[in-house]
Amino acid sequence: MQKYSVFSLVKNALSNHENWDLAWKDPTPKNEYDVVIIGGGGHGLATAYYLAKEHNITNVAIIEKGWIGGGNVGRNTTIIRSNYMHDENALFSEFGMDLWRRMSQDLNYNVMFSPRGIINLAHSDAQMNTYARRGNSMRLNGIDAVLLNREEVKEIIPMADFSENVRFPIFGGLMQPSAGTARHDAVAWGYARQADDMGVDIIQNCEVIGFDVSAGKINGVRTSRGDIKAKKIGLCVAGSTNILAEKLNMTLPIETHLLQACVSEPVKPVLDKVVTFGAGHFYISQSDKGEMVMGGDLDGYNSYAQRGNLPTLQHVLTEGIAMMPFLSKLKMLRTWGGIMDMSMDGSPIIDKTHIEGLYLNCGWCYGGFKATPASGWTFAHTIAQDRVHELNAGYSLNRFNTGHLLDEKGLGTKTWIS
Amino acid sequence: MLHIKCPHCGMRSQNEFSYGGDATVKRPELGEEISDHDWDNFVYNRKSLRGRHWELWQHLSGCRQWIKVERDTATHEIFKTLKANEDIS
Repeated sequence: MQKYSVFSLVKNALSNHENWDLAWKDPTPKNEYDVVIIGGGGHGLATAYYLAKEHNITNVAIIEKGWIGGGNVGRNTTIIRSNYMHDENALFSEFGMDLWRRMSQDLNYNVMFSPRGIINLAHSDAQMNTYARRGNSMRLNGIDAVLLNREEVKEIIPMADFSENVRFPIFGGLMQPSAGTARHDAVAWGYARQADDMGVDIIQNCEVIGFDVSAGKINGVRTSRGDIKAKKIGLCVAGSTNILAEKLNMTLPIETHLLQACVSEPVKPVLDKVVTFGAGHFYISQSDKGEMVMGGDLDGYNSYAQRGNLPTLQHVLTEGIAMMPFLSKLKMLRTWGGIMDMSMDGSPIIDKTHIEGLYLNCGWCYGGFKATPASGWTFAHTIAQDRVHELNAGYSLNRFNTGHLLDEKGLGTKTWIS
Repeated sequence: MLHIKCPHCGMRSQNEFSYGGDATVKRPELGEEISDHDWDNFVYNRKSLRGRHWELWQHLSGCRQWIKVERDTATHEIFKTLKANEDIS
C-alpha cells in the first residue's frame, strides 16, 4: 500500500494524481470466511481492522447493503468525548479517547481529530451540583473535568446569552478539555483502507437476506450476492439492528428512531468549543469550513425514514437560539437525518448471543461516532476470543433481564419519550 | 409534519400529540404467573420494524385521549386510527 505523506503527495502531483493506488478493492465474495462482519459503517470497519491488527484474523469479510460509510458514520455531528459518570461508560470511552489521539498516525489517514473541549452548560444550582458530582466521578477515572462558574464560561463563549432576563440563565458548566471533534468520513475511509490492506474483503452492495443457524450455532449468512459460510458473524448494523434481529427470531431491547442534524451557512470562526445546552437537548460546534453544526432531540416516534420532520428541528433550534441568540441571523444550509438504535437504558450492547458464533454490537443511541474505535477494538476482542473484554463487560445483552441497567442519565426506560 | 386523524377531534397536526410507543404490547394481567422473559418482553423488548406499525399517541394538546395509530415507519403514511379501547383487527 502506498503510504500517504507529503512526499507521496508531491510525487503524485508530478503525474497529475493519476497513479494513486485504489484505497480499497472491490472483491467478489468468497464462499467462506473465518469471520463475517455485517455492516460497513464505522464500527464494522473498525472491528475488521482490529481483528486483523490485534488478533491476526485476516480471513474476514465486511458485507454492506449500500456503500461503506453511507450511514451514521457520515451523518453524525462528529463529537468525541468521555464525560461519563458511570465507570463502565467512562472507562470504555476514555480507552477510546486514547485510540482517537493516535488514530491519524495508526491509520496513516488524517482524521483531523481536534481536541477543542466540550462544555455542558448548567442553568440552575441543582444542575451545577449534578455536574460537580459527574466531574468528580470523571476525575476519579482519570478523565479531565473542569467545573466552570458563570464568569469562566462567559470568558470562553461570550456569544452565549448572558443577559439578566432570560428563561434559562447560565450558572456555569462542566468542561472536558480533551474532548473534541474529528472528520467523520475520514474515520470510515481510514479504517477501510487499512483493513483492506491487511486482507479484509470489503463487499459493498451486498444485502443480508437471512442466516443459516442450526443446533444453536451460526453457520453462515445468505446474501443478495450468494451464501457465505462463517463460524463467526458479528452484527454492526446500528439503525437496522431490529430488521436483522427479526431474521434471527430475536427481539431486542431496542427501538429504531430518527435523529436529525443540521448545518448553517459557513461563517468566520466564532466558536472553538463544543457546547451543549443544559435545559433541553441541543449541541453545537463549528466545522473547519465555518458551518455551525447542530443537533438535538429525536423526532420522537419509531422511524426508518433517514430524513427529518420540521417540528423537531424547530424545537431544537429554538433551544439553540435561546442559548446563542446570534444563531437566529444565520441561514440554514443543510438538514439531514440518521436512524438510531435506541436501547432501553441509553447504553450500547456489545456481547455474545444465545446463538453460538453470533455476536452483537448495537444500541448506540446518540453516541455511536465517538465510540467507533473502542467499539471496534472491544468487539474484535469479543469475537476473536469468544468472550467479552472487561471494557465491554457492562454492555451485556442480559443486563435488562438481570436488572444491571447502565442508565447514565437516570431517566429509566424509553428515555426518548418526553 | 404528520397529520393525525384523532378519532374524537378529526385531523390535527402532529404538534398536538405526544408519542406512546408500540400499541401491541400488553401488560401481563395482575396476579398472573409470568416468567422473567414475559416481563422483559413487556418492559424492554420491541420488534420496532420497518413498515406498518401500530402505536399509541396521546392527543395531549387536544382532547387528551390516548389513541391507536397505524403508521408506516419508513414513509410515515398513516393508514388507520382507532380509539384506545378499540381492538386492532
